[in-house]
Order: sequence, then structure tokens, then C-alpha cells
Amino acid sequence: MKHKLNLIFDLPQTGADNKRFLKKCDVVKPNFQNYYGENTLRDQDLDIPDLSEIQVLRHYTNMSSRNFGVENGPYPLGSCTMKYNPKINENVAGLPGFQNTHPLQPVETVQGNLALLYNLEQKLNAIFGMDYFTFQPSAGAHGELTGIMMIKAYHEANGNFERKVMLIPDSAHGTNPASAAMAEFEIREIKSNEHGLVDVDDLISKLDDQVAGIMLTNPNTLGLFEKEVAEMTDLVHRAGGLCYYDGANANAILMQTRPGDMGFDVVHLNVHKTFGTPHGGGGPGAGPVGIKKILEPFLPKPVIVKNNNTEPNYDLDYDRPQSIGKVRAFIGSFAVYVKTYAYILAYGAEGLAEVSEAAVANANYLLERVRNSYHVPYSEPAMHEFIITSKMLKEQYGVTTTDVAKRLIDKGFHPPTVYFPLIVPEAMMVEPTDTETLEGLEGLANAFNEIAEEAAEYSQLLKDAPHDMPITRPDETKAARKPVLKV
Amino acid sequence: MSGYVPISKEKRAELLESVGLKLENLFNAIPDEIKLEKQEFVELQSDGLSEQEILEQLTKLAERNQRVDQYDSYLGAGYYDHYSPAAINHLINRQEFLTSYTPYQAEISQGTLQAIFEWQSYICRLTGLDVSNSSMYDGASAAAEALLLACRQTRKEKVWVSEGINPEYLKTIKTYFHAGGLEVEVGSLNEQGTAAGTYPTGDDYAAFMIQSPNFFGLIEDMSELVTEAKSNNALSAVSCDLISLAMFKSPGEYGVDIASGEAQPLGIPLNFGGPAVGFLAANQKLMRKMPGRIAGQTTDTEGKTAYVLTIQAREQHIRREKATSNICTNQALLATSATIYLALNGRTGLREVAEQSAAKAIYLYTELIKTGYFDPVYSGPFFREFAIKTKDNLDLNLLNAKLLENRVIGGLVLTKDIWLLAVTEKKSKKSIDDFVSLVVHLLSDPEIYGG
Repeated sequence: MKHKLNLIFDLPQTGADNKRFLKKCDVVKPNFQNYYGENTLRDQDLDIPDLSEIQVLRHYTNMSSRNFGVENGPYPLGSCTMKYNPKINENVAGLPGFQNTHPLQPVETVQGNLALLYNLEQKLNAIFGMDYFTFQPSAGAHGELTGIMMIKAYHEANGNFERKVMLIPDSAHGTNPASAAMAEFEIREIKSNEHGLVDVDDLISKLDDQVAGIMLTNPNTLGLFEKEVAEMTDLVHRAGGLCYYDGANANAILMQTRPGDMGFDVVHLNVHKTFGTPHGGGGPGAGPVGIKKILEPFLPKPVIVKNNNTEPNYDLDYDRPQSIGKVRAFIGSFAVYVKTYAYILAYGAEGLAEVSEAAVANANYLLERVRNSYHVPYSEPAMHEFIITSKMLKEQYGVTTTDVAKRLIDKGFHPPTVYFPLIVPEAMMVEPTDTETLEGLEGLANAFNEIAEEAAEYSQLLKDAPHDMPITRPDETKAARKPVLKV
Repeated sequence: MSGYVPISKEKRAELLESVGLKLENLFNAIPDEIKLEKQEFVELQSDGLSEQEILEQLTKLAERNQRVDQYDSYLGAGYYDHYSPAAINHLINRQEFLTSYTPYQAEISQGTLQAIFEWQSYICRLTGLDVSNSSMYDGASAAAEALLLACRQTRKEKVWVSEGINPEYLKTIKTYFHAGGLEVEVGSLNEQGTAAGTYPTGDDYAAFMIQSPNFFGLIEDMSELVTEAKSNNALSAVSCDLISLAMFKSPGEYGVDIASGEAQPLGIPLNFGGPAVGFLAANQKLMRKMPGRIAGQTTDTEGKTAYVLTIQAREQHIRREKATSNICTNQALLATSATIYLALNGRTGLREVAEQSAAKAIYLYTELIKTGYFDPVYSGPFFREFAIKTKDNLDLNLLNAKLLENRVIGGLVLTKDIWLLAVTEKKSKKSIDDFVSLVVHLLSDPEIYGG
């Protein structure tokens, strides 16, 4: 699909019937000019095109073919967990009984929805070792903000207004400091040691009575398990802080260990990473937040409650005086949770343990297969993803991580996450996921190794990559300096 | 082998051995004291369910709900049941849109990037503003981010928000602002139920925000908002409805600085309130302070048109704690869905949706007032939603309960005797007439309202 694709606004308008979706209006339309008065209605029609159905279908079908999805091939985008999104989950989320319910319906008319969410909460509590979950946050970063707000509310409720510091490792996702800053926390960065793990001595040196908490990702963003996590959460608790678990990598530990058992008080999940809901080109995700009992009064409202002895069984509790309030309208991204629920049902407890096992096995197998071609900065055993770098290729042939990534596209693969974490130069973060096939793993390994060989002889080929896409490399500087953000 | 995992345990062990690793050592980095020993939980079945069982279980749950396509519903209050053309679902279920990630690698993601660029263009055309981002979580968080944007731009720490905004939005704004150590002042409505004449004075407001149509469906005067905001050195912000903008002058035409809102009415299923999709647009001078992802048009090395994520120096993955927002994921698939809705309907279809919704709401209102059981709460013109009040303080919760027995989901009860009712173009005259007759029948039934 290398041909040019116009913008929708450039298509010819040829008189298609654009009222074809609607029934004929069966009430008398009032004179709107009189009803709404002077100067309220548009003088001119909206400037958006009237098109036929076939024009629109062709346009967006062709547009979609300029994308790469999980069903096209391996998508080893580290930390993003691009695993297979089960088809049945789309079907069940689209059941009319779920889809056609309004968020403000009386609770007795949405008992199915509330039962699903309540049961999902119980399952998540078991899987992550927490006591409660809220479904309101719409994405991982939104979950972070919600969790951090609860930590803030907890300290304020205890009169500890001076606890204004959030500890965050230098390897953390950028959303961690950004979320903490939105809740007015001052960020105190903790160093990583030479093994790629949090430097516990550095952590100890940064603990004091201003510390509100710590935000940790485990396995961390280097794909390594923080072995001293229990000691770290204990240290923070003893200093009066709370511990936040960034669940970005929770797919690596499913049914192997639990954030609740590691000592965390708050955890957010990215259900698109952990439980295979589709990423949709960047959303909709969902970022449910799990908490321990001490934070229960601060949960966003409403909270779903179950009454075994009264009808209706499930209800919404709005009477929560210490709640942080709401972080969005209504209950949350319900349809995404239907998919989450179906995913958990498809595996059960033993299956979820196999999900994490397969994720870690695939990453380790792939790492061993490419180890000789790339620099591996950390010697600790990898979990579900690993970091390799183009250090050697860059020094010897001037080939960068960008070049390797773009050349992978030529070979039929989506590139890994690049230049993250920021603490590793020329980083490539590779996550094959639990659903990668054998041919996908072998293909990726061969592609990485071939590219390392090509770098020696054909470095220009890499620098010009990709070769068969609708576009070659875009001019990002021009895009940022002279922004064209609409037509 | 479990679920969707393609490689069996035996094969996995074999592969690992071929590179000198052992399956049983994979999790050695996890210390014993935190290893999960227990594998049985009452909340989780141990084995996975078959696809057929999953479908059966979830169908059973779905059937426990009462649905708006089988009941006659008058709920709105920020979430509206407009008709969704069949083509939308076919397109957004294409796996290339559905399963891809945020378009970090532009060459292999031109589809998503162009879809976002078209969304931004549509949003700018509808709102009359210069810059739109790639979408927000929902209308409530978009309103909060709109006001935070104003605080960043003006370096002020207080905003004024009219009480006419959706209460869910107001709660969300308050939550964000409390966390950020910022102040929200809420302005009471005038007797007509609008913000006219209620604006404060003072130099310390970052923004004034109203909603139009407001929570009671009433059209607000945006020109007064802009004048009042300007004379107090504040930015003007509107939470608005995209469908209504097919009929009404856009915020941009009045000189509004920031427009935000919920795009769910553009053919996104109700889904019990989510996922939703917010939009946020602003004038040019706010561009580099906008939150969230933005797609831009540029050229590739051969001069061909290309789309990329741009002006990223605002964002969390680069700026960390100094970012304009923590937002990372947007609602790309839903933004694409809304974009396709706009493409299919075009200006003529969208205008018809808006006009029919307004006409039917006005018809329902007129018919209900005619019954003699209701008084208007406010007298001003409204769009697709309005508030009415029962005479004699009749209890609407009771009426709603009786309506439900007749397969009708009544309006939202705001206070015991005030009802907020919404209709869209989907409602037929006959169902409105039947509804009004049923309401009269119930209200005149001495068995129900005899006391």
C-alpha cells in the first residue's frame, strides 16, 4: 500500500444522500431561527464534506492497511505488551445487553453490569493480593494519578501535610514523575545501581519525614526483578510513607508473586498489557487501581457494593465523605472490563501462571538467540522483556538503534521500544510476549542477527530503511518547528 | 497448554534448553518469601473456560440488564443514544486499527496517525478553534485538563466554573484541582438557569468555564463569556456538544480560547458509560501548552506527505515531572470511530441529527407541559434535553418506578419533583406520544398518587 492516500477532506462531493441513516423526521421542526433567537445559529453550514458510504469505506480501509497490528506479525514493543487480543472478547463486549445500557440507569436495571464489575474486582484482588479495586481510571497514567491522589488524601487525613516528596527511580516511566507532579508532589529521584536495580543505599539516604511514598515498577523498566522489593517497601513504610506499584509489567508476575505480598499499598494495572485488551492505536485502555484496606475511605466514588440479603444484590455507594471524588464521569471504561473479565475466565489461575511463564520464557529464549550480535548491558536474568543496545554497531559502523528499528520493519516486524529507558544509551527494549509463536520468535531472532551483519557491509541500507512502507523516514524537526496540525 | 498461549510447556522447556536455560529457573529472581505458593482461590477457577462457556456466562450476565433498545429511555445528562451507522463497527474492528499501539514508529503507523490528524481537523472545524489534540479520556477529564491548561498559560491558580456544567464534570475538576493545590470557584446559575450575569470580577482567575448546552440543555451565551473573561484577564473555556455545533455558532466564532467535551454522542455505544472519548481544542497561542498527544503533517525524505506525533517536548516521556500532563494513552480507536461517524454523516447528516434531536426534544417538552401536570423549570431555549417540574410536588421517583414496570426508563430525577429528560433523533413521535399518555395515566391514577 505505497500509493498516496488523500485526506478525507480532499474527496470529491458528488451529491450522496447523507440523511440515509435516519428515519424521516416525524415531528414538525420548529422555526429554529425564531426559537433560538438572533445570533445563535450558524450563518454557514459546517465545513465538513458530504460523502457516499463507499468513499468513506475505501478511505478508512486503505488507511488501516497503512498500519501494523498484532495479527500482521510480531510486535515486540517493550513495556507495551503487544500480545494477541482474543476475538471472542470483542464479541462479548459487544453484546447488546452490555452495550445498550446507560450509565445513569437505576441500579436494579444494570445488575448484570454491576455483578460483572464486582466479580472482576474479587478476581483482581486475588491475583494481585489487594483488598479493593476501583475501575474509574481510564488508562495506566490515569490510574497512577488516582493512586497518588489517594496517597495524598491518606497523609492529609492523618494531618501529615508536610509529606510532599515522592521517591521515583531514575529508570521509571515518564508518567510516574508526571503523575506525581500533577498531585503537587516533589520528585526525589533514586539511582539505579550497576546491575540495573534500585540502589537501596541511595533509597535509604533519601528517606525522611517528608516522604509520602515511593513509586516502583517490578519487574522494572529494564525487565529485571527488584529482588530487594520487600526490604524497600518495608523501609518506606517504616519511614511513614506508602508504596505504589506501577503495574506496567504485571504480566510478568501473574500468579508467581503479588504486589500485595511485596508490600505495596496501591497498584495500578494496564489491562491492555496484563489482560490482552486491544490497544486501539493508543486507547481505549483502562487503569484499574487496587488498594489495601488503609486506603479504602479515599476510593473514588461510587463504590460497587454487594448485599446478599436484599434486592437488588448490587448497589452503588456514593456516601463516602473521605473519597477523593471522581477522576472521570460515571463508573469507568466498562466495555474494556468486559474483555478483561473474559480474558481472566479463559485462563483461570493455572492458565494465568502459564501466561507469565510463557512471557518470561519467550523473552529469555530470544535474548539468548541475539546475545552475540548486540550489547547486553545488564547481566541479571531477564523477566518478560530485555534490553539490548546498538552500542557496538554504533561504534564500529555508525549504525544507530533507529536504523536497526527501521530495518526490522523491512523484514516484516514491528520495531521494539527504542531509546527507553533513558538511562541506557541506544536502548532497545524487546518484549515478545506470551502469545508469540515459534516462527515469530525465530523470525525475530534471525532478523536481529541479520541486521547486525548487514551493519558491517551495508550500513547505508540500514540508514535508508524502511524501504517498502508508504513513507520513508519523516522529517520530525519540520513537524515540530512548523506545526501543521489540521487542515 | 492454556488459552491463547501458542507454545506448549514441553516445547517451551525444550526451546529454553536449546539455549542453555531451564524452565524451572525462570523465576529464580523472585525471592522465596514473596513467591506465591497458593494456587487455589475461591475467586478464580483453576482451569480456563472454553470459548463457548465464556460466551454463555457473559451472555447470561448481559441478559440480567434492562437495555435502552428494549426499553423506551429518556436518560441523557452527558451521555446520549444517537444512531451509529453500521459501517463504523466494520472499520474500527479491522485489526490494523484495533490491535496496534500508539504510533511511535511513524513509517509503520501512518494509518493511525492520519486518522488522528483527520480527527484533529474535524474537531477544529466543529469547534472553530486552531489546535486539537488526539483525544482525552472523556468529557469530564477533558474539562479538568482544559482548566489546567489555562492555569499553565496564565500562571494563575484559580478558575471559575459555572454550576451549569455537568455535575460529574464538576466533581472531576474539583478532584484534579484539589490534588494540584489549585482553587475552583463555582458560580451559581441565574433564575433562567444560565450563567448570564453571574460572572465574577477579579484579576486572579485563570479561566471562566461554562457548558453549552448546559446541564439543563439550555443554550448559553458564549459572547458574554468571552467579554467577561477578557475584561478580567482570564481565558474563556467552554465544555460543548459536537452534535449541537452542526446548528449553533462555534466557540471559535465567539472568540472562545478553549473548547472541550465528550465525543460519545458521535455514534459511540453507551456501554454503561465507557470507554468514552474527550476532545480538547484551543487557539493557536495555547498550542505548546496543550496536554496529550498531537499528530502533525510533515514530509518524508522523498518529499511525500507524512504524519508523525509532534511537539512532543510537552510530554511526559520527555519532560517527566515538567510535562504539561501525565496523559499518555489517548482514546485513539474511539476518536477514529467518531471521525468515521462524521465522515459518514457529513455536514448534511450531522445537521439532520442535530435538528431532529432538537425538534423532538421541543415536541416532548411541549406535550408534557400541555398535560397540565408539569411546569417549566427554566424558560430559555434548549437543545436536546430539558428540565421540568411536577405541579403539586409529585414524587418522580415513584413515577420512574411505575414507568419501569411499563418498560420505560424515565428521565433523571434531579430532586424529588424535577426531571431531566433527553431525546435524540432516534425517538419516534409515536413513542413520545405513548410516553406522554403513560405519564398522564400514571399521574392521574389515584392508586399511585392518591395520597
